[in-house]
Amino acid sequence: MRAMVYRGPYKIRAEEKDVPAIEHPNDAIVRVQLAAICGSDLHLYHGMLPDTRVGMTFGHEFIGVVEEVGPSVQNLQRGDRVMVPFNIFCGTCWYCARGLYSNCHNVNPNATAVGGIYGYSHTCGGYDGAQAEFVRVPFADVGPSRIPDWMEDEDAVLCTDALATGYFGAQLGDIVEGDVVVVFGAGPVGLYAAKCAWLMGAGRVVVIDHIEYRLEKARTFAQAETYNFTEYDDIVVHLKKLTDFLGADVAIDAVGAEADGNFTQHVTSAKLKMQGGSPVALNWAIDSVRKGATISVMGAYGPIFSAIKFGDAMNKGLTLRMNQCPVKRQWPRLFEHIRNGYIKPSEIVTHRIPLEHISEGYHIFSAKLDGCIKPLVVPTAG
Amino acid sequence: MTYTSQRPPISESSDQLRARIPGWGVDLDPKNRPSVPKLQYQEDLTGAHWEFPERQPEKWPRERSPEHKFLTPVFGTACPPRGLSGAIRKFAYRYSEGRAAHWLLLMAGDRVDAVENHLKSFLTLHPDNPITETGVLSEFSHHGIASRLGQKRADLNHQPLDPIIVGGPWILAGGLVYAACRALKKGIGSRS
Repeated sequence: MRAMVYRGPYKIRAEEKDVPAIEHPNDAIVRVQLAAICGSDLHLYHGMLPDTRVGMTFGHEFIGVVEEVGPSVQNLQRGDRVMVPFNIFCGTCWYCARGLYSNCHNVNPNATAVGGIYGYSHTCGGYDGAQAEFVRVPFADVGPSRIPDWMEDEDAVLCTDALATGYFGAQLGDIVEGDVVVVFGAGPVGLYAAKCAWLMGAGRVVVIDHIEYRLEKARTFAQAETYNFTEYDDIVVHLKKLTDFLGADVAIDAVGAEADGNFTQHVTSAKLKMQGGSPVALNWAIDSVRKGATISVMGAYGPIFSAIKFGDAMNKGLTLRMNQCPVKRQWPRLFEHIRNGYIKPSEIVTHRIPLEHISEGYHIFSAKLDGCIKPLVVPTAG
Repeated sequence: MTYTSQRPPISESSDQLRARIPGWGVDLDPKNRPSVPKLQYQEDLTGAHWEFPERQPEKWPRERSPEHKFLTPVFGTACPPRGLSGAIRKFAYRYSEGRAAHWLLLMAGDRVDAVENHLKSFLTLHPDNPITETGVLSEFSHHGIASRLGQKRADLNHQPLDPIIVGGPWILAGGLVYAACRALKKGIGSRS
């Protein structure tokens, strides 16, 4: 089969690989119809996440058709069209039983601090991902769901991570009616989080970024008020002014490890790998919210230390809430919102990349060329 | 105002927002939010029909965190550890996730892995090619200049470092190979 393969930092290519095999009785093999490149894939691409091995296939957002099932699979059969959450989870461990599917204890031998994720390094379990023609799907009775007949493919693939994560991020903000919500980052997760903040009754939604076309999308897609932080001497002070010097009630970090806005922070993390991530957005969130506020962290960070301003967070009495999104838990309610027309996930898709052009796709997304917001990967479009 | 007990006013009322934003407030009640409360017992177990899953066969000694009691019943099998990078990685798993040594050794293993595989690729019909593999040619086909020119982008100050990070080791390696060849040629010449 053809698959995206990591060759070292900033280098990937499409090459021939063996079709994955059933390795556990509850595995399925899924023929991928549509995958996506996630902003967090860029952390792998840039070599930031420990134990990212040459030869690995990335990709944790995907839909496809069941090609083969293991002997214990009861809920799926060959030919089913499925959407697969980015979390690999068993359904019965202490965490899964309580709805924390992203923290499953039975799928990642390499680390206890994170669950299993498709194509996301050995730190997340060592599973090959779905930017390929086929992918192994463990616990096929638990994770995947048949795609509802009424749902379009591009909407379905975005439910497997980005949209679910944005929705989850807004929930972790504990938004109450009339709250001022600041979202850092106008990438896919930030756009969805901003959109979903309204569903929870926000009174004002502000999006901060430095890429003008993304801010434009935040205005049109998420009806948010936007600010380009490069236009302000100090974005924290600007946010205080916007809120009559109180500060926002809720902040959502939808940027994560490669945040811009501070050269030293960015270079020491994204380039020199001396930090788990550049916490610029998170530090701005800590400083720009009011005392007693809630910060929801959806941006992904690596496992090593990062220079986060915990002193300010403590002194301000902030609540910091975070997790990888337990995707399947979001779906029933999220599907209602899509069906009711409150959210049209595919409105943020800008690029559809054939698998053979995967290296260009990553570069376009990473360097933010060509108005790129969300690139999809089409494995069969060779 | 802020310095009194009053909250700064919001310019739009809830009714105005409901009229302007499709779906405004439909999840206002926390009962409608699927992840509230955080811990919620899932009666349906999302389709699982086991108390503890069957175990996947272990085809090689699978590296695992010492913070786990045993090898998890299911695990990924991509890219088994090999060579010097594999040895470094296996060693790293002696340390818990709480130790910096664990992560720093894994990062070192990643860098060694890249070098090993670049070198190995030159013995194949499909050697690594930093031009095609970085996708940098899309700069010409996807508006590389227009995407940056005149834009107030904060990432422009560090993007020039990328070619150095990617190309630097290749240029250095090329220089070393050239110097070695020259020295070899000189040695052969002086002997004859």
